[in-house]
This record gives sequence, structure tokens and C-alpha cells, in this order.
Amino acid sequence: MSEIQNFQTFDPFAGGDPIDATEKEGYIHIRIQQRNGRKTLTTVQGLPAQYDQKRMLKIFKKDFACNGTLVDDEELGSVIQLQGDQRAKILGILTTEAGIDRKQIKVHGF
Amino acid sequence: MADIEEKLDAMKIEDQDPEFMLDLSMKKKKKKSKKVEEEVEETQDAQEAAPAGDDAAAEEDPMAMFGDLKKKKKKKVKSEEDGAAPAGEEQPADGTTESFDFGDMKKKKKKKKVDFSAFEDGQEQGGDDGPRDADDPFAEDDASSSPFKASGGVGDAEESWIGTTRDYTYTELLSRVFKILRQNNPDLAGDKKRYTIVPPSVMRDGNKKTIFANVADICKRMRRPPEHVIQFLFAELGTSGSIDGSQRLVIKGRFQQKQIEAVLRRYIVEYVTCKTCKSPDTMLDKENRLSFVVCQSCGSTRSVSAIKSGFQAQTGKRAAQRARAAARISPRKDHTTAPLHQQGREHPYVGQTAIGYDATQRSAPTI
Repeated sequence: MSEIQNFQTFDPFAGGDPIDATEKEGYIHIRIQQRNGRKTLTTVQGLPAQYDQKRMLKIFKKDFACNGTLVDDEELGSVIQLQGDQRAKILGILTTEAGIDRKQIKVHGF
Repeated sequence: MADIEEKLDAMKIEDQDPEFMLDLSMKKKKKKSKKVEEEVEETQDAQEAAPAGDDAAAEEDPMAMFGDLKKKKKKKVKSEEDGAAPAGEEQPADGTTESFDFGDMKKKKKKKKVDFSAFEDGQEQGGDDGPRDADDPFAEDDASSSPFKASGGVGDAEESWIGTTRDYTYTELLSRVFKILRQNNPDLAGDKKRYTIVPPSVMRDGNKKTIFANVADICKRMRRPPEHVIQFLFAELGTSGSIDGSQRLVIKGRFQQKQIEAVLRRYIVEYVTCKTCKSPDTMLDKENRLSFVVCQSCGSTRSVSAIKSGFQAQTGKRAAQRARAAARISPRKDHTTAPLHQQGREHPYVGQTAIGYDATQRSAPTI
């Protein structure tokens, strides 16, 4: 009986997919901020805990040839901060190398 | 994860894999080429690219030559793609469907107009490759809408395939359907009514400020409170600013018109368009700290998240920051007395309820 798909019961009030819920919360935000002149800062906020921030920072710094730090924020935890506009490159690395879903990443800025 | 491990190993060994290096250099090239594309018109592009390519080739090793080649190719054809480069992810959509001359014609037009389908596509495909190089979302749009557009042009011209014995292709049949539909029932096949918004008029105020003159007008057209729009702008741009005497918005930092436009587009996608029927005819309702977009044409309600500015790195002088903190009478938490751009940071309690309630994608039409 259960093999017939139409006969399976579906409880609409059971609540959403649990995976969906975690994803909702776990957005990775990539932001840009203007500094003086044509200089910019890129911040990566909300990287999942399974990625070691220190090591990620090291990879970013090496790959993009820029400097950067880890900043601790009271509310948002530690945030990776990089010099220059690295948004596209970070996005590339996170999606291809780290295998993070594109939908989980939000890129802000102009 | 395993990939990262490999990566780290590669880093430890100081001399890197030559292929890896090559990869990086290519990425860099791509980026550079994009910048060039932004600046100049398409027609000038080829001329502009040539000198840039030349000196790049001169200063780097033969490896770079490949990157250079790639760049040129991309500019011309836009179909050949190496999967490795992240910048090129939006290309396939472009290459697969035919976008012949529409590309140019439409692009010119759309500079002025705020087009809805463009946003949608941009959002799905990877919303933010869009804003960076302003012409890519347009390209995507062309590709995605081309079946319908093409149906008008191609459909009338030849339907010689009718009656032939071969299998009809999908596009042929689709164009036929649209042709007939257009003949009999023009409003259904509809070229959708374009939702237009005047382009933001942006000018520089001195060296460090940007004036966005027609905010009020744009907000009125979108039927959104200016505060909401401005808050979004500031959160996205990571700056602050104020409204001057004649209802113009003064933004700290240098921004170009297209940058502001890109942010506005994102605002429209997120807070104006109805996700169910794509109509821009919506209202923003606020019920005890939760915002809902209520569609006026189909009646659906969708909850939207509050605007959050997120992490703000410190960019100013530290001394100035300290002085300001000292001047504050009660050095409590920032967000109680925060300026407009920081208010988006929600109270933790609200954040939790919002998550519990979150139905951003589940929009249920209420009858």
C-alpha cells in the first residue's frame, strides 16, 4: 500500500523540513564596506562551525593575496574580515571547494 | 571538507602546484576583464581589451597567456567556459538558449527600466553575480525570456514544419502555441506590463558623499515607506547617511548610479514583488514586529524578514570612535541609541520568534 505514492498521508501541520529550518538560520553573509578612497573591506559572517575559521582565513589570505583578520562580535560570533573586495572570490571558494550550497550564501553590497 | 584538507596541505608545501597557480591567475584575469566590461560600452570593448591583454601577457609567464586567451574568448563568444572559474557560473544559461540580437536591443532599453523578470532570474541563478557586473543579469534575462520573445518573431516567419513527418521540436511547438494564443487572446499571451521605476538619480557630493536625489519619488512608486527603503540601502551598502532639506538622501561613501540601482533591484525582489504572482502591486504590513508583504492583485501574504545590517567592521578612526563612546551619557549597548542604519539589528527575542514563524517562502494565497 505504501508504495503507491498518492496513498501516503501527509501532515501539513507537521512543520517544515528540519534541514530547511537550519538552513534558514545558517545564512553566510558576505558583505562589503567602503573605506577611505577606493579601498574596501569584505566580511564573511556566519560561517558554519564545521569550518575552522582560522584555517579558512589562512586559505583566503593565501589565495586572494590580501590581508585579513578574525573579528569577534558579541552577537554574531567571529567574523572573517578581508582587505579589498573579495566577494566573488569567496563565493567561488565556498561553493566549489568547500561545497556550501549557493542558497546558503548571501552576498550583500552594490 | 576533504577539499579543504587538500588545500591546506598544498599550502603547507610552500611551492605550490603549478596547475593551482594557473587556476588563480585565470581567476584574476576574469575579474579584470569584467571590470573592463563594466566601464566601457560593448562596442569599445574589444579595443579596450587588447592593450590590457598585451601588457598582462608581457609581464607574466607563458601560463598567463592562457588566461589571456580565455579572457578574449569570453568577451567575444561568452559560450566557451571552463567549469573551474566561479565567475563564469552564470554563463551556461546564456549559452544554451539563443539570444541573437535581442541582447543588444533589450540591454539598451533596460538601462532605464526596472525589469522584474530580470530580478527573479538574477536571484535564482545567484543573485549577486548580478549586481556586480551590471550587464550580466540582463543577459540572463534575455536568455530566459527568449522562448517567449522568440515565439513572436520566429513564429510568424516560418511554420513550414507543419505537416512534415519529422518530430517537431519543443521550441517550434511552443512558438506555435504562443502565436495562436496571441491571435485569439492577446491579453493572456501578454507581453507583461512592465513595471517601471525611474532610474535613481545619483550624484556626487564633494569627495566622500553621494546624493541620491529621487528617493522619495522611487519610494512612492514602490509604495514603501522611505525609511524602510533607506534602511535597506544603508544595510546593503554598509554605510550611513541622512536626508537633507529637500528630501534627498545623502549617503556616505562613493557610489555610482548602477550600484544604487542594483541594490534597489534587490530591494524590489525581496520586499516589493509578490512571489506568487510576481506582481509589484503589494503593500507592506507590519504586525507586532513582523512584516508581511500583502499582494493586492492575488491576495497572498508573505512574511519578509526585517532588515538587518549585520556585522559592521570598524572603518573610521579609532580615536574618534572612542571619543564618541565617551561622549555618550550611558555607555550601554549600541543598538538602543543606534543611528538609523543600525536599527535593523533585531532584538534577540524578536529574532527567535521570527525564525519560529518564518514562512518566507511559504506564501499561502488567502481567498
